[in-house]
Amino acid sequence: MTALENEERTPGTGEPLVVLDKVDKWFGQLHVLRDINLTVHRGEVVVVIGPSGSGKSTLCRAINRLETIDKGTITLDGQPLPQEGKELANLRAEVGMVFQSFNLFAHKTILENVTLGPIKVRKKPKAEAEARAHELLDRVGIGHQAAKYPAQLSGGQQQRVAIARALAMEPKVMLFDEPTSALDPEMIKEVLDVMVDLAERGMTMVVVTHEMGFARTAADRVLFMADGQVVEENTPEQFFTNPQSDRAKDFLGKILKH
Amino acid sequence: MDVVLDNASAVALAFGYTLSLFVVAGVLSGIFGTLLAAMRVGPVAVLSRAAAIYVTLVRNTPLLIVIIFFRFAGPKIGLTWSFVDISIGDLNLNNLYAACVVGLTVYTTAFVCEALRSGVNAVDLGQAEAARAIGLPFSGVMREVVLPQAMRASVPPLASVQIAMLKNTTVCGVLGVLEAFARMKGLTNDYASSRTEIFVAFALIFVVLVEVLSFASARLERRWRVA
Repeated sequence: MTALENEERTPGTGEPLVVLDKVDKWFGQLHVLRDINLTVHRGEVVVVIGPSGSGKSTLCRAINRLETIDKGTITLDGQPLPQEGKELANLRAEVGMVFQSFNLFAHKTILENVTLGPIKVRKKPKAEAEARAHELLDRVGIGHQAAKYPAQLSGGQQQRVAIARALAMEPKVMLFDEPTSALDPEMIKEVLDVMVDLAERGMTMVVVTHEMGFARTAADRVLFMADGQVVEENTPEQFFTNPQSDRAKDFLGKILKH
Repeated sequence: MDVVLDNASAVALAFGYTLSLFVVAGVLSGIFGTLLAAMRVGPVAVLSRAAAIYVTLVRNTPLLIVIIFFRFAGPKIGLTWSFVDISIGDLNLNNLYAACVVGLTVYTTAFVCEALRSGVNAVDLGQAEAARAIGLPFSGVMREVVLPQAMRASVPPLASVQIAMLKNTTVCGVLGVLEAFARMKGLTNDYASSRTEIFVAFALIFVVLVEVLSFASARLERRWRVA
């Protein structure tokens, strides 16, 4: 697959893939998600930004039900999220997730990390899964380290492996929960490059991040969250140059100053 | 020392019983303890509760009571184990032996469960989340990701549990299995003047056996540390 194949893609006009309808969630007394309505279309890249504690990570994790919600519905490709069990596992296989702390399987090699899902969940033959894993590892630039263990890789390398691991499942949508927040500055770029490439290939992505540069280059839409609410929603261009709400102006004023 | 050496074959046979009790109950408690730990940390509330009750009930009961239960109360409720009658060389594994194995297994299973649970708790939550995120069901999350790592973290406490079990096999001497302790008691009765030597000799053999276990555990720990 090359970027060219996706040339005719018009962002955000594909059919709805992830739909959150009137979603509420509480952590005890704390109302972390307030009446969230969000539709992510096929091929769209949605970047969620906002101050810490705004509920953006919770929103991201709710989409594959790593967090349960208290009210409202979430549907994926027209199918409501099932309860815990076999069906939920099947659904999660369709959703790639990249975590802030990488969460590579510490006792497995890089190659095994990438092939575990395809072999155990997708029931692919081992040789086929390994061939595909090598392809993906090459694509994220880790091809020659396939036999190592996660602890032997740098943070940036681990995160790229984590992306390859998620891609190996051929997900319909990829969720990124602050993928670069635990990385040194020079490693951030190598991970963002992989993500930009992914976006250009037409992957549907929901990205929680503080990387404004990535939002500007890759996002079709920026969602600004504060206090559990979606305060503002716009194209990156509009959002960064002409924020509407005071909350967003305040936030951008703080982060863009340095 | 002469007394022990003169009775070397009897002593060896006694430790044969000790070791066979240890190996059989060790393997069985390893299997059941793993299942119990999976129940304990699993998402099904009823199973988790049942496992917790088992641990509380068994861990809080003295081993002697557990074994005596299976030896004397067991037959009254149909647990006679009379079908067990195996001879391996001079070892004769009968129903008394079986009752002891069951008692040791039931008892040690609770400790294995807790040792594994401590290992599971030592595994970063993100590992299980990542495993769920690629679509593994609970059993797969446990089997492929959590338990292998929990096993590593559990090696030291599991070794302690099994070392304790090796020494706990001496309780079976009271119940008609002619293992090390029973043999020692027999020898001290027969050779009253050499009691100290007999005690020391048996203690030393146990020290050596436990040391072998400790060594194996340390090796395992080092081998698995790589990842």
